[in-house]
Amino acid sequence: MSETVSLITVFVLAIFVGFEVITKVPPILHTPLMSGSNAISGITIIGALLALTAGEGTLTTVLGFVALVFATINVVGGFLVTHRMLKKFRKE
Amino acid sequence: MSEAQLNLLYLLAAALFIFGLKGLTHPRTAVRGNVIGACGMLIAVVVTLVDQGLLRAELIFLGLVLGAVIGMLLALRIRMTAMPQLVGLFNGFGGAASVLVAGAVFITAVQAIAGAAGGGSDGAAVEVAMQESIATAASGLIGAVTFFGSLVAFAKLQGLVSEAPLRYRGEQLVKIVLLGASLAAAVMIVRSPVDTEIYWALVAVAGLLGILLVMPIGGADMPIVIALLNSYSGLAAAATGFVLSNTVLIVAGSLVGASGIILTQIMCKAMNRSLPNVLFGGVGAVIETAEQDDVYAGKVKQTSAEEVAMLLKTSRRVAFVPGYGMAVARAQTAVRMLTEALEHDGVTVEFGIHPVAGRMPGHMNVLLAEERISYDKLREMDAINPAFPQTDVVIVLGANDVVNPRARESSGNPIAGMPILNVDQARTVVVIKRSLSPGFAGIANPLFAADNTLMLFGDGKKAMESLVEAYKEA
Repeated sequence: MSETVSLITVFVLAIFVGFEVITKVPPILHTPLMSGSNAISGITIIGALLALTAGEGTLTTVLGFVALVFATINVVGGFLVTHRMLKKFRKE
Repeated sequence: MSEAQLNLLYLLAAALFIFGLKGLTHPRTAVRGNVIGACGMLIAVVVTLVDQGLLRAELIFLGLVLGAVIGMLLALRIRMTAMPQLVGLFNGFGGAASVLVAGAVFITAVQAIAGAAGGGSDGAAVEVAMQESIATAASGLIGAVTFFGSLVAFAKLQGLVSEAPLRYRGEQLVKIVLLGASLAAAVMIVRSPVDTEIYWALVAVAGLLGILLVMPIGGADMPIVIALLNSYSGLAAAATGFVLSNTVLIVAGSLVGASGIILTQIMCKAMNRSLPNVLFGGVGAVIETAEQDDVYAGKVKQTSAEEVAMLLKTSRRVAFVPGYGMAVARAQTAVRMLTEALEHDGVTVEFGIHPVAGRMPGHMNVLLAEERISYDKLREMDAINPAFPQTDVVIVLGANDVVNPRARESSGNPIAGMPILNVDQARTVVVIKRSLSPGFAGIANPLFAADNTLMLFGDGKKAMESLVEAYKEA
C-alpha cells in the first residue's frame, strides 16, 4: 500500500506542477500547447513496450502491438506537427 | 540496468517534459521547449527498451517504424486549417493506447493468477492488487471515452458528420444510464478482478458514452471539447501509469491532464459558461428568426470594396478580428496581403483574437502565424479592447458571436455575460460576411445594424481579395 501512496503523491504533485507551468502559456500558443502536450500524453508508448515484452499470448501481443502503433503515431506526429507550427511563429 | 537507475532516468525524462512545457510559455523559447520534450520521450523509450533487454525486438521495431511513418505523414501533410481535427485524432490515439495497454496487462495478470491457482504451488492466493484493478478500470473508462469521443470530434471537424448539435429526447437520461453502467462495470472489475470480459464490456459502454457525449456538441463549442479530451488523454495515460506502477507515465499523464483542464477552464470562462452547461446545455439548437427583422430592418448599410478601400486610405490604425469564417474561406493570405499594403502606407495593423475564435484554443493565431504575420501583432482580447476607441477601422472577418454587443446584457440570451471584443467602439466597423445569418448562438447581432457598421457581403476570401485590389488602386 505504501507504494500506492507514493505514486499518488507523485500524481498529485505533478498536477500542481502542470497547473503552475501551463497557466503561464500565452493564448497565442494554445494550439501548439495542445498538440505538444498531446505528444507527451503519448507516454503510453512506454506502457505499450512493457505490455509487449511481458505478454506472451497472441491476444496480449496483438493488443500491445496495436497500442504501440497508436502511441507512436501520437508521439511522433504530435512532436513533429508542434515543431512545424512553432517554427511559423516569428517576430519582425 | 538496476531499478534505481531506471527510475532515475525516468525522472530525467519527466523533468525534461516539464522544461519542455515551460519553454512553451514564450514563442521565442517554444521551438526549443518542444525539442526538449521530444528528447525526454526518446530517453524514456530507449531506457525502457534497454531495461527490457530488447525482448521481441523485431516486433517492437516494426511497431515503432509503422507508427512513426504514419505519424510523420499526418504531421507533415496536414494543412494548418485542419489542425483541430488532427489534434482531435491524436487525442483519440492516446486514449486508445491506454485502453489497449491496460487491457493487455490485465489479461496477463489474470492469466498469471489462473496459472498460480492451477499449479497450486504454494497455496497462497494471488490477486491482482487493488491499485492495479482500480487503475485498469480507470484506464479503460477514461481511455474509451477519449478514443470514441475524439473520433466523433474528428468526424465533426472534418465534415464527415454534421457539425450541428445532435439532440434528442431523453438525451441526459441515456448518458446518465451509460455512465452508471460504466461505473458498475468498473466496480465489478475492482471487486473481482478475474474476468477480462467485464473489462471489454466496460470499454464498449464507455465508448458509447464517449460518442454520445460529443454528438450533441456543436461547432463553436468544439474548442472546449477538444481541450477536455486532451485532458482525458493525459488522465488515461496517468491511470495506465498506476496499472504499471510507472512514475514517468504518471507524471507525463498528469501534466497533460492539468494542461487540458486549464485550457478547458479558459475556454469556458471566455464563453461565460460552465463546463456542465457546455456538455449538457444545448446552445446552438434554437435559432430565433422572428427577432432578426426587428434588429436589422432598414438599418443595415451595405458597402463595397472600393468604399472600404477609401476608408482604409484615410486610416492610421486598423484592426482585424478574425473568426472561424476566415479559416473556412481560407482568407488568411488575402488578410496578410492587405496587412502588408497597409503597413507599407504607415498604417498600424493589429489583430484582435478572442480566446474561443475558431475550432480549438489558439486556432486563429496558428493560421495568422503561418502567413508570417508577426506574433506581437496578435493581441489578446484584454490587450486590444482598450485600443478599439482609437481604432479607425475594424475589419470583422468571419466572426459573429464574439463581437455581438448583446453579450453585455446581463441575461436573456445565450451569450449574455460572455466577454467580447468591443469592436463597436471603433470609428468604423466593416463586417465581411456572406449574409446576416446568425452565428452559433443563433441570435441576431445588433452590431450589423449599428450606425458605424458597414456590411461587405460575400465570401471571405473573395471579399478580402477585392479589398486588396481596390486598396492598391485607390
